[in-house]
Amino acid sequence: MKKENKMWRDNLRGIFYIALKDIKTYYFKPPAVSWGIVFPITWILAFYLRSPGSFEELVPGLIAMTILFSTTAAEAVVINFELRIGSLERLLLAPISIAAVLLGKVLGGVIFGFLMTTIVTIVSVVMLGLHPNVCYLILIIFTSLFAFSSLGAFLCVMVKEVFEAQTLLNLPRFLMVFLSGVIYPVSKMPLILQCFSYVLPLTYTVEGLRISFSDISGRIIFPYTLMLMGFFLLFILPAIRLLSKKFE
Amino acid sequence: MNKNIIQVSDLTKRYGEILAVDHINFEVEKGEVFGFLGPNGAGKTTTIRMLTGLSRPTDGGASILGFDINSQIVQIKKYIGVVPETSNLYDELSAFDNLLFMAQLYGVSLKERKEKVEESLKTFRLHERKNSLFRTLSRGMKRALTIAAALIHNPKIIFLDEPTVGLDVVAARSLRNLISNLRQQGMTIFLTTHYLEEANLLCDRVAILVKGRILVIDTPQSLKAKTDKKSLEEAFMKITGLESEVLAIEKGK
Repeated sequence: MKKENKMWRDNLRGIFYIALKDIKTYYFKPPAVSWGIVFPITWILAFYLRSPGSFEELVPGLIAMTILFSTTAAEAVVINFELRIGSLERLLLAPISIAAVLLGKVLGGVIFGFLMTTIVTIVSVVMLGLHPNVCYLILIIFTSLFAFSSLGAFLCVMVKEVFEAQTLLNLPRFLMVFLSGVIYPVSKMPLILQCFSYVLPLTYTVEGLRISFSDISGRIIFPYTLMLMGFFLLFILPAIRLLSKKFE
Repeated sequence: MNKNIIQVSDLTKRYGEILAVDHINFEVEKGEVFGFLGPNGAGKTTTIRMLTGLSRPTDGGASILGFDINSQIVQIKKYIGVVPETSNLYDELSAFDNLLFMAQLYGVSLKERKEKVEESLKTFRLHERKNSLFRTLSRGMKRALTIAAALIHNPKIIFLDEPTVGLDVVAARSLRNLISNLRQQGMTIFLTTHYLEEANLLCDRVAILVKGRILVIDTPQSLKAKTDKKSLEEAFMKITGLESEVLAIEKGK
C-alpha cells in the first residue's frame, strides 16, 4: 500500500514538472500564442464583419475555439518533435509510468489553454457586460480543456513527424469549427449534419458555454461535462496504449 | 550475498525477421566497469534500451539490483542513470534548468535540489555556463551536462552509450577521467564503446558482441593474452573475425 502511494506520488510529481517544463520550453512562443489566441479572435471577427449582428452570440463560439486551438497549439512539437530528437526518451527513463509522461504533456496543453481562455473570457465578459454562470463556465471550460488536449495527444502519437501531426490536427479542428455550432447554430443545420455534430466534442463545449451565458434557468450542464469527460477518456486511453507500443 | 548487480539471462530482442539480440547471458558485479563492445549493429544499444526500460525484450529477461526488468522497471529506473548516444536534453532550457528539471523528475528533495544542481555544475566545470541555453554549448559541454543529468539523483548504476563519440581529444580525455572518478566512488558502470583503447583503459571486463550474440566475456588483459595480441583492438579483430575480412580487403587492392 505504502509502495503504491509512493508510486502515485512519483507519477503526480512527474506529470506536474513535465507540464511545467513544456510550458516554459514551448508554449509561450509566438507560434503557440498565435494559434491559441490570435487565430480564434481573427476568425470570429471575420465572421462578425461578414454578417454583423449580436457579438454576444458569438462569445461561446470564440471561447470554444480558443479552448480547442490553444490546448492543441504546441502538442505536435511537445510530442512529435521530442520523439524525433530523443528528448521524450529522457522522460521515459525517469521512474514514472508512460501514462504519467503523456498526462504531463496533456496537462501542459490544459494549463496554456486555461490561461488563453481566461484572457478571452474575461475580456469578452467585461467588454460586453455579460453575466455568465461562473460555476457552469468553469466546469465546461475545464472538462473541454482536458478533452481537447487529450485529442491532440491522441492524434500526435498516431504519427511520427511534426508536420504529419499538424496536418492531422487541422482536420478535426476545422471540421469542428464548421459543424459544432461555433458560428452557425447546430439546430439550423440539415438533420444528417446535426447527427454528425453530436459526435464531435466541440459541440458539447459550445452548447455548454451557451447554457453558461444564457438567462434560462433550469438547464443543466452536467450532461455536457459528462460527455466531455467521456471524450477525454476516449482519447487518452488509446493515446497511452499507442505511446507504449512505440517503446515495445 | 549475490554481488552481481546486473544479471542477464537469455535476453532476446527480435524486430520482425531480424534477431537484434540473441539469447545473451552475462552478469555485472557491483562497482565494476563493464564494457560492451561490438561493431555497428551488434545489438549494444538494443541491449541498453532493454535494460533501461526503453524497449521490451521479446524473450528472456534480466534483473537489476534484484528487480525484474519485465515487471519492475519503474523501480529500477530510480537507481540507474542513462547517458544515451546522442545528448538529448532540452535545447531551449539553460544548463541549470535542464539539471533542475531532471532533479525534479527524479524526486530529489526540494531542500537539496538547487544545491545539488550547483554542485553538479561545478563538478562538471559548467558553472560559468549555467545560464547558457543547452543548444549554445559545445559538443563536449553538452556531453558533460548529459552525464551530469544522468547522475543528479545519485544512481547506483550508470549506462553510458558511446560516451566519447564525436568529442575532440581534450573533451574525450576529460570524460574518461570522469568515468575513472565515478568508478573510484564505487559506481557500477555499463559502457558501450567503439574505441577499444578506451575500453582497455577503463573496463574491468568486456563482453564482445557480434550479430546479437556474445562471443566472449573476459578482462582486457586476459583477452590480449589468449589471442596473443598486444592491443585490445587486435584481440577484438581476431575474436570477431574482422581481422581476416580486413586482410581479404587489403589483398583485393
